[in-house]
Amino acid sequence: MVANKFVMRFSSAIVDQPIIYKLVKDYDLVINFLKADINPHKEGYVVLELSGDSENYNRGLEYLKSIGVDVAPLSGTICWNPDRCLQCGACASFCPTGALFMTEPDKEVHFDGSKCIVCESCLDVCMARAVEVRF
Amino acid sequence: MVVEKSYDEINEKIKKGKAVVVTAEEIIDIVKEKGVEKAAREVDVVTTGTFGTMCSSGAFLNFGHAKPRIKMNRAYLNGVPAYAGIAAVDAYIGATALPESDPENRVYPGRFLYGGGHVIEDLVAGKPVKLEASGYGTDCYPRRHIETWITLEEINDAVLFNPRNAYQNYGAAVNTSDKTIYTYMGVLSPHLGNVSYSTSGQLSPLLNDPCYQTTGVGTRIFLGGGIGYVAWHGTQHSPTVSRGENKVPLDGAGTLALIGDLKQMSSEWLRGVSYLGYGASMAVGIGVPIPILNEEILSFTAVTDDEIYAPIIDYSFAYPEREPGNLGRVSYAELRSGTIKLQGKEVMTTPLSSYAKAREIAGILKEWITEGSFLLTEPVHGLPSLDSGITMKTLEEKNNR
Repeated sequence: MVANKFVMRFSSAIVDQPIIYKLVKDYDLVINFLKADINPHKEGYVVLELSGDSENYNRGLEYLKSIGVDVAPLSGTICWNPDRCLQCGACASFCPTGALFMTEPDKEVHFDGSKCIVCESCLDVCMARAVEVRF
Repeated sequence: MVVEKSYDEINEKIKKGKAVVVTAEEIIDIVKEKGVEKAAREVDVVTTGTFGTMCSSGAFLNFGHAKPRIKMNRAYLNGVPAYAGIAAVDAYIGATALPESDPENRVYPGRFLYGGGHVIEDLVAGKPVKLEASGYGTDCYPRRHIETWITLEEINDAVLFNPRNAYQNYGAAVNTSDKTIYTYMGVLSPHLGNVSYSTSGQLSPLLNDPCYQTTGVGTRIFLGGGIGYVAWHGTQHSPTVSRGENKVPLDGAGTLALIGDLKQMSSEWLRGVSYLGYGASMAVGIGVPIPILNEEILSFTAVTDDEIYAPIIDYSFAYPEREPGNLGRVSYAELRSGTIKLQGKEVMTTPLSSYAKAREIAGILKEWITEGSFLLTEPVHGLPSLDSGITMKTLEEKNNR
């Protein structure tokens, strides 16, 4: 089994193709969408996790490249510094995936990196600059 | 009232290690369980706490004299301008001051990565801070320029003096426009995308002493991790705003001016902050003890988040245009639940002040008092109260010609 997160950019020429369908049907890959912005007749991008056995995984990636999808590993990582964190919880209200979250009843902020899609919303709202993106 | 205690009686108990001290959160269940009279008899002190951004903060510094001497009329700390229009080597570094090189909002929204609050945090953390100052030269102060490094330990005096802290209640902020706005209440998403709020509610100092019965000039407090005092009522102290039946103000009301020796404070409780598109400031940790002199004082400390209401203010129009009115009121219990209902919509709530840290401060102050190292002081002068007749003045443009 191989599993990795990618940012995939589609040009307007191929955005109408059933690419994800093919990844599932022809390559037996498991796809977990983290973020997507695709408009008909425009460019689009998706952030997703691809997993499957390594042969299918590699063939699937080859297929994507062959039809002109720009595939890049999700390279940035959000780092949360608990010592800088003021524990206000503003980030948790903006985090779309619950990677930054508050626990009850202690009202403390925590970070689960495996849920993070590096949307960087937290960077804008953290007054303490306790989150940063690393490449 | 059946229970009457004096400051002296409570201090005697503190000295003997026999005082019963609880936090403003713990008192809620005690009163529910035992009733007001019994609780007032048993509990001597209730501790409060708050940790959030308080822009009206800063520190007076005295750097000591250089050889030859200089009368500074411009001073910069790590590039951040300090007010030097006082004596030769005195200056005031304000929490929101920005380096002249900061792009501010020219690249919108600005990031405001370093300002006066960060300078204070660095000083308190013991870090060397670069001092650059200039003067015009006088017979007694011939020097015109100095560039050196200072540390908190090496300078004569560093006094935190915050003209307005610990706001008693505050409006919750929303944005009804169709674009994101960047405010001192944080990032506000369009179309009521979120509602931000900033008090510690049932733990907040002045929400537990709504009529200023025990908090006054000279009250000893937890300030920035050390000991401080209430110096005066804060600027914009507005005790006459409308209140609920429980006497809790329904809007921003009382404020405190606070003072304390910066040298015994901690960078854990004085933290530089940066608000995207708004500016730099400082988060300040404050804890005020409330002596339980009688049942009434105790009953006020038992206030709960569902009994404290904040007005919802539109920061895309009403606030900037100084228009009156609000979009309704919401309790802190609702705000803390994560979402509120507003105009038929589920709106996510964004806290700006830390409830966890407020709780921690109330706990530290409780510990100090319980172990006998922190005695209570009786105010030497009360704060202007509900009968003061104070109303907020506005600034009007006048044509002097």
